[in-house]
Amino acid sequence: MDLVANNLSYKPDDQYHLNEVSFNFKEGNLYTILGRTLSGKTTLLKTIAGLLTPDSGEIEFDGKNFLKVPVWERNVAMVYQQFINYPHLNVYENIAFPLKQRKMDQSIINDKVMDALKSVGLLGYEKRKIQELSGGQQQRVSLARSLVKNAKILLLDEPLVNLDYKLREQLREEFKNLFSKGLADETILIYSTTDPRETMELNGEVIVLDEGKVLQVGSAKEIFENPNSLKVAEISNDPPMNVIEAKISDNNIKFEGINLEAPQHLSKLTEDGLKIGLRSSDIELNENGHEFEVELAEISGSETLLHLKRGDTKIIVSIEEVLNFKIHDKVKINFKINRAYAFNSDGKLASSPFGGLSGQN
Amino acid sequence: MNKLYIFLKYFFIVVWTVFVVAPFLWALTTSFKDFQSVNGGVTYIPWVDFEPNLEGWKVLIKSPAKGGVDIIEPYFNSLFVTCTASLISIILGTLSAYALSRYTFKAGFVKNNDITFFFISQRIMPPIVLSIPFFLFLSSINLLDSLTGLIVVYIVLLMPIAVWIMVDFFNKVPREIDETALIDGCNPYQAFLKVVLPNSIPGLIVAGMFCIIFGWIDFFFAFILTFTEVQLLPVKIVALNSSVTPWWSLSASALVSVAPLIIVAFIVERYLSKGNLSGAIK
Repeated sequence: MDLVANNLSYKPDDQYHLNEVSFNFKEGNLYTILGRTLSGKTTLLKTIAGLLTPDSGEIEFDGKNFLKVPVWERNVAMVYQQFINYPHLNVYENIAFPLKQRKMDQSIINDKVMDALKSVGLLGYEKRKIQELSGGQQQRVSLARSLVKNAKILLLDEPLVNLDYKLREQLREEFKNLFSKGLADETILIYSTTDPRETMELNGEVIVLDEGKVLQVGSAKEIFENPNSLKVAEISNDPPMNVIEAKISDNNIKFEGINLEAPQHLSKLTEDGLKIGLRSSDIELNENGHEFEVELAEISGSETLLHLKRGDTKIIVSIEEVLNFKIHDKVKINFKINRAYAFNSDGKLASSPFGGLSGQN
Repeated sequence: MNKLYIFLKYFFIVVWTVFVVAPFLWALTTSFKDFQSVNGGVTYIPWVDFEPNLEGWKVLIKSPAKGGVDIIEPYFNSLFVTCTASLISIILGTLSAYALSRYTFKAGFVKNNDITFFFISQRIMPPIVLSIPFFLFLSSINLLDSLTGLIVVYIVLLMPIAVWIMVDFFNKVPREIDETALIDGCNPYQAFLKVVLPNSIPGLIVAGMFCIIFGWIDFFFAFILTFTEVQLLPVKIVALNSSVTPWWSLSASALVSVAPLIIVAFIVERYLSKGNLSGAIK
């Protein structure tokens, strides 16, 4: 039972929300849609759910034209980034709602609701009002409501984004357990997120979306190792991959008066306008390194993010410890240049340390 | 400081209560007075200052032949017209408001907001402007001086209030709740009835309250559009006045006419105090 889409386009105003999106989703798999805010993730999920009708294109599910099936007959489930539940019903009634709608037997409903409550860790909360729950608990209720239906397609639209850091980590772990428990035998699971880390952890097939367009499709590992363009490299890294305008000549990478010996995978590139991509984690503080000026230092969790500048080149360095810097401090850094990527002047991948070349999808 | 605060708080509560309750007490005592007690100087306390009697109240239920005004029929007319018109306005208004809140309408330059404004603009016009068209309209369909005619006119007057309140309310109910209902297997009608409406009860109560108040207190249209067949309470009460102002029966009629609104206010207050008006939608 595959979900196949062909050239879906949706353009309600001046901008494309979906631009010629095609995919082939197979049952039992997890698909992650990675994209920045307003990249069209929610539009895509709503189109699959049937809440939006695309201007052009087709969706087929199980060989049938899905666009002719109204939302309420599609057997999909969706969890929103806002915690959407029915405020007039208590926890139990919320989860039982889709089953009652199908006119199931009361005893079967009861069993299923209890199972769902157990799997999201909310046993004992049946009688609670939705408003009495915390954000994380509310999101669990809406997850339980979508699990209880045994929907063929389960859509999760940035389900963790409105939770605080700790809860997010915890719930993400539980999601992974739920997904791996074989829930997805017949289900197509589609998970949208802005967070590259989440994408890597969920480890499914990744679809990178930007301005309504699919930029790259591949496994999480593939996207991480060989982003096919600068855009993908920016979207799939947090903080975004550093882009350095450099010249390669005589086996040397030159920028801002810095000379670095080109690693083997970059040494053969000679064309003009190359851009070198380097992850913020592939730059380290080193006393024998090159001098940069601190523009901004932010501490996020147990990391320090340093925004550095030298001439016209600006880079971000992430350091795995909490350090204090002042603006305009001078720091010395070293580049792990053998982990660097090269992109053509038009943004396509020219060379990657993992052996990928441009044109590969 | 704290004591001063408590003193001031209760001081103002007491002042305000006196301010609100005094007219009612005045009307209540006056309704039990006769000509003598009203015109014979200031009197307040029954059985001490004056001898209470039921004459003022009796006038209200006596037939005109016996010198009364008989407000019973107009009273029930008023109740019937107000409740029917409010109910229909709420039903139609809620449905239009839901459509205006959830679907996009476009006819040339006219969009959803313009339509909503069109509804409320009906209430911006002074009633006198509307009276002539209403009169001609009702006379052309033979509904002058009838309950049905009044109900039609009241729906025109009350529905904008319902639409206005409910559009605002529905706009605050997240669209995702409707969408979730659709995804959970409701068709659009079920989504409205099973999910949106139960979460809109606070809005419905507020809208209903305003419709009932505005319908109940209307004198102008009831006066212009009815003659002899049908009369509503406010018109009848005005008819009480004659060369000698009958303060006692006027007071009694004021009390009966305000009674339904007090009951409505009490019901809404009970509902409010249960906390049902807040927190339904976060």
